Amino acid sequence: MDAIILQILNGLDKGSAYALIALGLTLIFGTLGVVNFAHGALFMIGAFCAVTLSRILTLSHTVIDETQKDFLGNPLKVEVPYIYDIFGQTTGDVIIDWAVPLSILFAIPVMVGIGFAMERGLIKHFYKRPHADQILVTFGLAIVLQEIIKYFYGANPIPTPAPDAFRGSFDFGAMLGFDPNTIIYPYWRLVYFAFAAVIIGAVFAFLQFTTFGMVVRAGMADRETVGLLGINIDKRFTIMFGIAAAVAGLAGVMYTPINSPNYHMGMDFLVLSFVVVVVGGMGSLSGAVLAGFLLGILESFASMAIVLETLPGINQIIIYLVAIIILLTRPRGLMGRKGVMEE
Amino acid sequence: MGLTKKDFTLLIIVAILCVFAPFILNPFPEGSAMAQFNAGYPDLMQRLVIFGIFAIGFNILFGLTGYLSFGHAAFLGVGSYAAIWMMKLLTMNVIPAIIISVLVAGLFSLLVGWISLRRSGIYFSILTLAFAQMSYSLAYSVLTPITGGETGLQPKVNDPRILDGVLAAGETPRANLFGLQMNQSYEMAVGNWVFTFNAGYYLAAIVMLIAFYISIRIFRSPFGMMLRAVKSNQQRLNYTGLNAKPYTLAAFVISGMYAGLAGGLLVAMDTQVGAERMFWTASGEVVLMTILGGAGTLIGPVLGAGFIKYMENIVSKINKSILEQWFAFMPDGIEDLLITLVYPFIGKGWHLTLGILFMLVVIFLPGGLVEGGQRIGRLFKRKKPADDKPDGKTTPAE
Amino acid sequence: MSNSKLTRRGLIKTGAVAGAAGLTLPTYLRADAHAGYLNAPQGDTVTLGFNVPQSGPYADEGADELRAYELAVEHLNGGGDGGMMNTFTSKALQGNGILGKKVEYVTGDTQTKSDAARASAKSMIEKDGAVMITGGSSSGVAVAVQALCQEAGVIFMAGLTHSNDTTGKDKRANGFRHFFNSYMSGAALAPVLKNAYGSDRKAYHLTADYNWGYTTEEAVKSSTEAMGWETVAAVKTPLTQTDFSSYIAPVLQSGADTLVLNHYGGNMVNSLTNAVQFGLRDKQVNGKDFQIIVPLYSRLMAKGAGANVKGIFGSTNWHWSLTDEGSKAFVQSFGTKYGFPPSQAAHTCYVQALLYADACERAGTFNPCGVVEALEGFEFDGMGNGKTLYRADDHQCFKDVLVVKGKENPTSEFDLLEIVEVTPVEQVTYAPDHPQFAGGSLGTCNPGA
Repeated sequence: MDAIILQILNGLDKGSAYALIALGLTLIFGTLGVVNFAHGALFMIGAFCAVTLSRILTLSHTVIDETQKDFLGNPLKVEVPYIYDIFGQTTGDVIIDWAVPLSILFAIPVMVGIGFAMERGLIKHFYKRPHADQILVTFGLAIVLQEIIKYFYGANPIPTPAPDAFRGSFDFGAMLGFDPNTIIYPYWRLVYFAFAAVIIGAVFAFLQFTTFGMVVRAGMADRETVGLLGINIDKRFTIMFGIAAAVAGLAGVMYTPINSPNYHMGMDFLVLSFVVVVVGGMGSLSGAVLAGFLLGILESFASMAIVLETLPGINQIIIYLVAIIILLTRPRGLMGRKGVMEE
Repeated sequence: MGLTKKDFTLLIIVAILCVFAPFILNPFPEGSAMAQFNAGYPDLMQRLVIFGIFAIGFNILFGLTGYLSFGHAAFLGVGSYAAIWMMKLLTMNVIPAIIISVLVAGLFSLLVGWISLRRSGIYFSILTLAFAQMSYSLAYSVLTPITGGETGLQPKVNDPRILDGVLAAGETPRANLFGLQMNQSYEMAVGNWVFTFNAGYYLAAIVMLIAFYISIRIFRSPFGMMLRAVKSNQQRLNYTGLNAKPYTLAAFVISGMYAGLAGGLLVAMDTQVGAERMFWTASGEVVLMTILGGAGTLIGPVLGAGFIKYMENIVSKINKSILEQWFAFMPDGIEDLLITLVYPFIGKGWHLTLGILFMLVVIFLPGGLVEGGQRIGRLFKRKKPADDKPDGKTTPAE
Repeated sequence: MSNSKLTRRGLIKTGAVAGAAGLTLPTYLRADAHAGYLNAPQGDTVTLGFNVPQSGPYADEGADELRAYELAVEHLNGGGDGGMMNTFTSKALQGNGILGKKVEYVTGDTQTKSDAARASAKSMIEKDGAVMITGGSSSGVAVAVQALCQEAGVIFMAGLTHSNDTTGKDKRANGFRHFFNSYMSGAALAPVLKNAYGSDRKAYHLTADYNWGYTTEEAVKSSTEAMGWETVAAVKTPLTQTDFSSYIAPVLQSGADTLVLNHYGGNMVNSLTNAVQFGLRDKQVNGKDFQIIVPLYSRLMAKGAGANVKGIFGSTNWHWSLTDEGSKAFVQSFGTKYGFPPSQAAHTCYVQALLYADACERAGTFNPCGVVEALEGFEFDGMGNGKTLYRADDHQCFKDVLVVKGKENPTSEFDLLEIVEVTPVEQVTYAPDHPQFAGGSLGTCNPGA
């Protein structure tokens, strides 16, 4: 029982990352009709926003410490962040410690800007082109973005820890009356889950309850008619692209303490997020979120030792197996609309 | 040969290019600064034609029916595994290996196609992707006893090889065609040029020509017509009382067999298989090759395959010291500047160059490289009427 | 004109002479017309092929390997301060290239894929006339390229490859490995772990689901079980896994008090980060502090895991903080040239390049068979790791292995590991027919012509 509760927790947490990425992907696809292979790269750039901010915060000048030696036997150069000079060491340390949450503020304008630039500069010209062309050009863009990041940050993962306040884990087991240490879960992952829930809720509320959202939804259903009504749908679509980029970017920012970011983390997520979107059903936002959580939970169960003993290797293929089964039983995924991307 | 004049000309041109590839790909003399760009060595020539076959086959499915498979690398991989096992168990002769690779890949694609073709559009793409990713993951991990996993499979001295005689002491098992070793080469030195004529390459080139010929016949046949009908409007096709499924499935299996053939040839030329061959990026690569060259055109996929493999093998090998040689004649300051400017795009930055070129081609040449060729062609013969595009080159795929 | 697998570079000069006779002769006889082996260096230069990952997750490790090779070439050609050539016990190298020929090199990208690595190595052999291929950062690539070099007839000096298979079931006569292996990691770690954590522990293994993971798990399991530890479970994780939470969460429930992470590279960074995140190291199980072990450490990767490595045991082939003369000389010249200390990958690659050059000098030829003979059973010192033997039976180097621990108070971004113990070579030596290495045969050397 405790094992099952634990894996459900795990699945929700994994699923929230999948759901966030799939949500952004579906937003772009649903509003603009563009298959965006660069979406993983946006997630990655979001993560590197966090890396960049913590680098900026730790920008340092060197002080030579004669008491210590470096590896060549010269006096050790100690890096002192400028932020110490401004705020003093204690406040400086706190600010550096909170770099990841602070990056949210930094990432939103950056990601929206990148989203706008991408849509206006490139994607706009591909609305009427075949999906195959969209795939190729966004895939090319993904490679370019990824290589630029690699050029500046190298290929190795870069550790970006969560604030000290969120280190360690919470003992659910003790709370629910199980033995201590049976169901523990890291605080930061709980934060991630809550964060994802808020973002997903905000996007849905935005589309559901604002006039802007209403127009966008109308545009998703029938772009031409909305245009005929004299509404400038293009401008709204650009904004939607910016929002989708920001959602992907924020998912990336908050993900950095969970896994140290590296330049190809976007590609690692890309295929998976496409599977999630398609299993959810093309063009369905709630489908994408549902599929994200569903696949996350199933993946977690497949990694249990007992399951692996009976079915070795099931953890390697579970996502794809489930995708096949769902697509064969439900032709348009969980909540797909008819006629979307079926030709 | 049952070809129109235009198609026959195309086939002859491709054949001539294949025969003279060792010359064409080696335009720069040895030792010159440009020799870096020579591609006329056996391994790359072999890869160019083999991936050409892979892309030709992929195009039969994608270019004609519009079904975008994202899992074709699985068929290539399965074909490769079949071929290497044939070499380990039966004989190092490449003929049985190639035949079995086509058969096994055909069977596997029949199974995958039969299931995946129940859906269309992106749902089909994801189904094929799922099958390929499962094949890759299993081959890399739990199927290690059959596939060699991470380290892959290579022929070993102590393999059974029941049809072959015992190896002489000190000999390594080598892939051969009735005794003609695939890595045997004939080299010709003309002045400062050296041209390599490799047995394996010519075998692969002959197979590619046959594959290309068959693909032309398929494009021009009533069957090909039917596949195009599937692409343009499947619903209407259904209303006429025709069931599209057998046609698409046949196209799927044929293209799967092409992939298996490519896999078998890869093993014949370079006797090793690794599971990465089936990873989704490998499936993506053949999609890129086809679109880049020009989907739905006859020659496009071959051009795309050549383009990507050339970039991968040539650009990635340029390093800083080569740049220094190139720009050595410049004044120091300019030399350093040029090196700094070019350096990010070569060697370890070859992916960046590839990504930029993808984008440029798609943005400016919507029909792929073939369209680029046509535009250049039109520049030279303005006077002729505009209908000089060969048939089948005009329909970029959805 | 000639009918051979020789490189073009050689042919310009010898091609016409070799003549039509070569057309009909079988491969091995025709060799006499040339130097008797593939890609015999012509003129006054010799070309080596440095095949390292330049794209993909191990690109930084590959970049470090390349730096080491460039340094080695500089030293071989008499430039720089000579590095380990001064401390190397064999004094055959003169600093005038190899056998008087200036060393040149070509580079390629393995992409950490066996296909790409072979394509790149083949182009070095066929196009550039490389007489030796070296480098790489994974066992899959090492085994694939080693098999290629055997078939083609050039020497392969493996880079970073830790799986038992490279010199076990997939060993080849033309291939040599200086790096240590899974068995040695297990054998070196076990006594240290016993001292630190006692002989009554319950271990939970998370293992990367591919060959290297299997051999490492087996090695660590058998050597820890031999000293009394119990293995509670061994769970395989997919190579492509990035989030290990679902594998780590159940560890505490299992009653285990030690977690062994048989992961490398990105897998290791993520699984270790996740494990620390779950607060495993703050827990008490069976009345003991919970511990984590990483059998194969790499400083470059440890950097990716940041503060999470603190206090965690593992093994490594070499570390820049070693104080023997060889290591000091190498760190000095590498650090002066590039401004930071070399990684273990850089060390093993540098040493391999020097060992190859030295073997050519001692053999008096570049002929692979001569080189194989010179390297087999070769004993040397002064290259870090103390006295080292290139065993003839499997072409594996036998030398001291380092057990290291994540440092508590690093003074710089490179100062992440501290050496806990230098395990003497006797303790990590095994019989050539040890079950973990069974099933392969070297065959005979292949000069390729």
